[in-house]
This record gives sequence, C-alpha cells and structure tokens, in this order.
Amino acid sequence: MAKIEIDEPGKSELLLGNEAIARGSLEAGIGVATGYPGTPASEIIDTLASLSKKLNIYVEWGVNEKVAVEVAAGASFAGIPSLTAMKYNGLNVASDAVALLSPGNIGKGGLVMVVADDPGGISSDNEQDTRNIARMLEIPLLEPSDPQEAKEMTRWLFGLSAEQGCICMLRTVTRISHARGTVKLGALPRKQHRAYFDEVYNPAMPTLTKYNPNPASLMHLISIERMKTVREKFESSPFNWYSGPDKPGLLLITCGIGWIYSQEAIKLLKLEGRVGILKLGTISPLPEKLVKVHLAKALKILVVEEMDPFLERSLMEVAANLLPDAPRVTFYGKNSGHIDAYGELKPDKVIKALAEILGLTYEAREARYAKKAEELLNAYVFERGGAFCPGCPHRASFWVIKNALRLDGRNGFVTGDIGCYQQALMGTGFYQLRTCQSMGSAAGVASGLGKLGQFGFNQPVIAVCGDSTFYHSTIPALINGVYNQANFTLIVLDNNVTAMTGFQPNPGTGITATGEQTKPITIEAICQSLGLHVEVCDPFDLDNSTKTLLKQMDGGNAPRVVIMRRECELVRNRREKKKPYQIVIDPAKCKGQDCGCNRYCYAVFNCPGLIWDEKAGKAEIDEAICSGCGVCIDVCPHKAISRRA
Amino acid sequence: MTLTKDPINLLIAGVGGQGNVRMAEIVGSALLQSDYLVSIGDVLGGAQRGGSVASHIRISKETRYGPYIPEGQADIIVGMEPVETLRVVTKYGNPGTMTITSTRPISSVDIFGRRVNYPDLDLVFSSIREMSSKVWIIDAMGEALKLGKPIYANMILIGALIGTGLLPFNIKSMEPILIEAFGNEADTKNMSVLRKGIDLVKQ
Repeated sequence: MAKIEIDEPGKSELLLGNEAIARGSLEAGIGVATGYPGTPASEIIDTLASLSKKLNIYVEWGVNEKVAVEVAAGASFAGIPSLTAMKYNGLNVASDAVALLSPGNIGKGGLVMVVADDPGGISSDNEQDTRNIARMLEIPLLEPSDPQEAKEMTRWLFGLSAEQGCICMLRTVTRISHARGTVKLGALPRKQHRAYFDEVYNPAMPTLTKYNPNPASLMHLISIERMKTVREKFESSPFNWYSGPDKPGLLLITCGIGWIYSQEAIKLLKLEGRVGILKLGTISPLPEKLVKVHLAKALKILVVEEMDPFLERSLMEVAANLLPDAPRVTFYGKNSGHIDAYGELKPDKVIKALAEILGLTYEAREARYAKKAEELLNAYVFERGGAFCPGCPHRASFWVIKNALRLDGRNGFVTGDIGCYQQALMGTGFYQLRTCQSMGSAAGVASGLGKLGQFGFNQPVIAVCGDSTFYHSTIPALINGVYNQANFTLIVLDNNVTAMTGFQPNPGTGITATGEQTKPITIEAICQSLGLHVEVCDPFDLDNSTKTLLKQMDGGNAPRVVIMRRECELVRNRREKKKPYQIVIDPAKCKGQDCGCNRYCYAVFNCPGLIWDEKAGKAEIDEAICSGCGVCIDVCPHKAISRRA
Repeated sequence: MTLTKDPINLLIAGVGGQGNVRMAEIVGSALLQSDYLVSIGDVLGGAQRGGSVASHIRISKETRYGPYIPEGQADIIVGMEPVETLRVVTKYGNPGTMTITSTRPISSVDIFGRRVNYPDLDLVFSSIREMSSKVWIIDAMGEALKLGKPIYANMILIGALIGTGLLPFNIKSMEPILIEAFGNEADTKNMSVLRKGIDLVKQ
C-alpha cells in the first residue's frame, strides 16, 4: 500500500513534499488531476496516477500545461474538484488559459493550481518567481513552509476555490516539493462525484454564461471584489502566526521555506529574546490588518523569502498606508541587499543577514578549521560535470550530428531546447547545441534562421527536439516553417518517453498516465500530413544515420524531418534487466598512447563506460558502468572494441 | 534511546545513481517509527546524472527542521564515495563531526567534458581524518561483492551507521522498513548484510 492512501487519521508518515500535496488533494476529495511533467512538480501527478484506479479518480498527463489547465477547468465546470500541477515554466505556457479562467467563474468543483518554482535553477534554465503571475492574474495564493503545511494548504484551497468560484494557487519550491518530512495524515473522504454541466442554453438569457470572462470590465470588477473577500478571510487564517517577544528589537517577516530557515538562524544566534517572527502563509492578497498590527511591533523589519522581494514589496505597500503619525519602519531584505534576490535561499544566508543587521559576529566554524577545510576542498575535490547516461541514444545522435556537420563543411549548427538532450550544450554532447530556450524553441528559432536567405544566410540549420517536446510545442513551430517555407532540418530525438522528468509516457508512447493502452500518435504521420519528407533512423547505426542526415541537410523551401529513434536506455534496462552485449577491448588491437587517435573512445567519444588504464596506457571497459550498447565499437579507428559472443 | 543533541544532523553523500536518496529515506523512515520528527533534503551538484548528491537529514524530538544543514553543523557524515565524503566534510564538518566513508572511488568528467584525474586516495582519507573527530573507513563495495551484489554496499553503510551507536535506532527498528521497501524475501539477506556492516565498525 502506498503511504499516501493510508486511511488512518493521525498517523505520521515520511512524505515527499509533492506526495504531501497529492495527499492534501485526496483529503479534499479530488476527482480529476492533470499536469505536464516538469521538475520539481512531476511527482504530484505521478503519485495520483499510480492510485487513480483504486481511488476512483481521473488522472492524465496533458500534451502541454495550457491544455492540462483547460482539462481541469472542464472538470471543475462540471462540479468535479480538480487539481493541475506544473513547474513554473509550465505556468508561462498555461498563462493564456489561466488569465481568462481567472476573472470568470470556475464552477462548483474547484480548481487548485500547484506551481513549483526552482530557485537556483537546479533542474531548470532560468529563475522565475511565479507569485508575480498570481498577483497579476488576481489568483489567491498560499505558500507552504514544509511538507505538512503543503498538505494542509492544498486541502484548504479546494474549499476556497469552490466557495469563491475561482482558481486558487499553491506556490511550492524545490526545497518543499523535493524535501521529505514527517507528515501527520488527515481523514480520506469517500465522496461519490457526479459530473453535470449546469450552464446549458437558457432561452431567457441566451448570451449569459458564467464560464466566460465577459463583459471584461464588469468581470474584472467582480474579480477585484472577490479578492477583497479573500483578503478578509486571510486575516484570520491559521497559516499565519507570530512567535517571539511582545516588543522585539527586530521583526522578521517570512514565508515559505524562509520560515524554517529563519527559526534555525535565530536559534543558532541565540536571538529568541530579541527577534520575533511573523510567519505568513497567505501571500496574495496580503492580510493587511494583521500585517499592520505586527508592523507596529518593531522599527526594524527583516523580510526573508525565496527569490523575488515579492512579500517585501507587498509589505512596503502596507507600510506606506500606515497612519501619518506612525513611526517610520526600516525594511531589510532583498532591496537593502542583505539577502540575495537570486539563487536558493539557505539557512546560512539568513544567519548572515541577521548578524549583519544586528551587528553580531557569527563564525560557523573556528577560523583555523575553516581555512584548512577550504585548502583541502581546493586541493582534492573536483566538480562532477553532467554526462549522458551510458548507452544513451542522444550521445550517438549528437556524434552523428557533429560528424555530419563537419562533413558538410558549411558552418552548419544546431538549435536546441528543453530535455535530456540539452546536455549537448556540454562536452557529453560534443558542444553541439548553439541555442537553447524554451520547450519547442529549437524549431521556432530554426524557422526564423531558415528564412534569412535573402540576407545571404547559407549555413545549414538543424533543430533538435525530444518526442515529448515535439507534441508539447514543436508542432506549431514546424507548421510555421512549412507555411512560411523555411529552410531547416528538424531532428526528433525519439526515445519514446519523457525521460528527464521521471519516464512519464507521452502521446507517442502508447500508454496513458494511469497505464492504459492508447493509440500512439506517431511523429512521422504528423510530419507526413504536413507534406514533409521524413526519414527514420537508428542513432546507434552511426554510418547510416550520418549519411541520411547529410542528404537531408538541404531542401530548399521546406523543412526536412529526421527521426532518430531508439528507446531510452534506462527504460530498456529497467525492463530487460541485462546488457544486450558484453563489450570487450582487445589489448592487442588497441594501440593506446601510440595510436595517434588521442584516446578517441575515452577522451572524445567520452562515454562513462570507457576508462583508461594508465599503467597499460590503453582503453578499458568499466564493467560496472558500461550498458553494453556497443556504439563505441564503430568509434575506434583500429576496431579494438567488439561484442563478445 | 535519546538523542545526544537535538537536532542531530546527518549527511549522506554520494554520486547520482548510487542510491543515496533511497538510503536517506530508509534511515529517515526508521527514525520516524521511533517518533522523531525527520526532514530530508537532497542537494544536487551542478550535474543531474553522475553528479554530487548530498542528503541532509535532520532528526529532532522537538521541532521540524529545514532540508538544509547550516554550514559546519553536521554531526555525522556517511560518504558513499571518498571525494564526495571529503566534499561535504569540508563544507558541513566541524571538529566534532564523526565520519563513515566508503573506499571505492567513482571517476568523473568535469564541466568541459574532460576526464578528471582522481586524487591520491590516501591523501583523501588523511584529509577526512584531519577534519573529523572520528573516522571509519569501510570497503563497503568489496564486502558487498563478497556477499553477492554491488548494491549491498549501501546496506553495509547503513549497518555501519547503526554499529557506531550514534543514532537512536538499532537493527530491529530497520526490519519493518526493509520489509516495506524490499519485501520479505530480500529482507533476510538485507538483515545479514546490515549485521556485516555493524561488525565492520566494531572490529
């Protein structure tokens, strides 16, 4: 039995933040959950999908986040409590839908949107604080401080959403979503949902439906009034509290992960008697009356939050509206430079800020020990760079691309986007990616480059995308290229799974989120329907793939498509649990240092399964790491590598 | 058993793919069974696969702690790879830190895709000793291979952690957790691997 389906109220379990969010939605009696995979949000839908049949809920992976939000909205319109979960980049994709759902009515079901930020870009390519979008779109927003609170807030938001008829949002971050913590479970309701759409055509009022944000100004006014009601509710929310002395020398106001770090910082600095903490969970709209009461407690305010000074700015707005004779408070935080507005928040950053503001000295470690530690770190500890997994089809694909571009000789290059394959920005993919932005932007950028012929542009352009990205947002860019007759080659790196985020299925896999068979939508059928020439090849066949790609490098006024198809090695290995081949190096054939190949297999092809025997001066296979794919056999100029029969 | 201090800060460090996130979850679950408040944060280095991973485990009777151990506040460090052990010792260690480290090195490429020369192992171990109050150096992989499977190396290290007596749990409290994680059949073997780990620190 999975931990999050345990029906024993009061029992404590060690849950991942994302599992706690999934549990919160179950405790609220959820009916439908949707999303698109994205770190650090994926496990919310993964967890619910694994339980869908048992718990009679419907769970799906959307083709992209915009559609996922709309699927959840449809359910809410028909009275079913629904959840949608995504990473912050996903909200950018979905925001067009959300912007028009927000001022309208979401129906009786309720729709909770969980958005995971990734401060520090640990699994992302930019930093972005989604709380700004919640404010812009007038969406009530809560921010949890640990997995327990993430569960409670998720559950509570379903009630608020259904009551107010609006989308409600939970902002989580990597250190909440991917932290594990002790979570006390609540009761699991066994609700029987019945779906019915109640806004059917009414001849008396034919133009009126609440599932539409029109007339715009009137609905905007209603939305503003709704936020006032929500603000009033937030004034007495149990997610906000104060702890500390009645008259603190410094008031620390914090939210999210900042609360737990601030508590620890105060403890380590022994400031319990001097610093008070106002912990806020209801972040937008801010409960102004509550905040005003606490702002009167101290003249120095330190605001601790992760990423933008969002709470800080909101607090400054409140402070600006204090009575004219109120004493002037000084704000410390991101605007004052005491805490970084970029990168992850860490307890050490809060300790440093507190010590600076209060004029304390804090040494994490005695100076001599710290100096020695730094010396040893610099002397012996190396950075571990990223690499494609042993046996990854992408290594072979980028080897093919690199060689085809070199043989072509016209300074061709690759545009890229988001997925495992973006590691080709680094040495493991031979530095082949020269541009990388958002999902689908490889084809979009290539479509633009492919129209520059009239300005003398004649370099071959190759766009690469993964299979999941192809369905998510490459398709419109490809259609754009066809319609506008752009000259580029699209390579779809089809490994039949959304690998980077945890091996979720996609429209090409032939399996739904909940494991049912469905008809795979093939990439070649879509491309052929656009009248495009499509070639399919196996990247492990280096020679044939290179020749195929070279032939597709030119095509005048239409994009060409090459599908490099080979299953993700991790998926294969999980299923087959053995290597396809035993790979061996014949030391008699390997010329080693004297070869002139410059350790080609080891240093250039650079698969982690190949190692160098310094004593013998020859290449060697690391049995524990080699996946047995055999691609390196074709890389060795002396045919020293072979499959053992 | 009571805690020698509150919270106890435990770090499990390794290389992505070795299984330290799972190890942290198993240790955390065992402590949660004894009614401790447990928080775990898995901190990744620059690389996703084959990169450094450190699981920060906070154990308290009093309150929930965050998923990050502040600098210099580690009480116990379990390293699954020598350089990874040294990495976290230099950042989170203090003169009182006690350290268990595995001996098997894992090589790497750097961010430019070039191979990194692995430092002399004896120098790595002497550095770890210099930064810790007590060190157990364990050939977990060698023992695991003797017992039949490389993956037992992780269970050897958990056994070693139990054997040090630094944490309020014992081999008995591990049994239900291992049954839940691996099923009954795997459990018998895992328990004997755990015992081997305990013996190794007691030698």
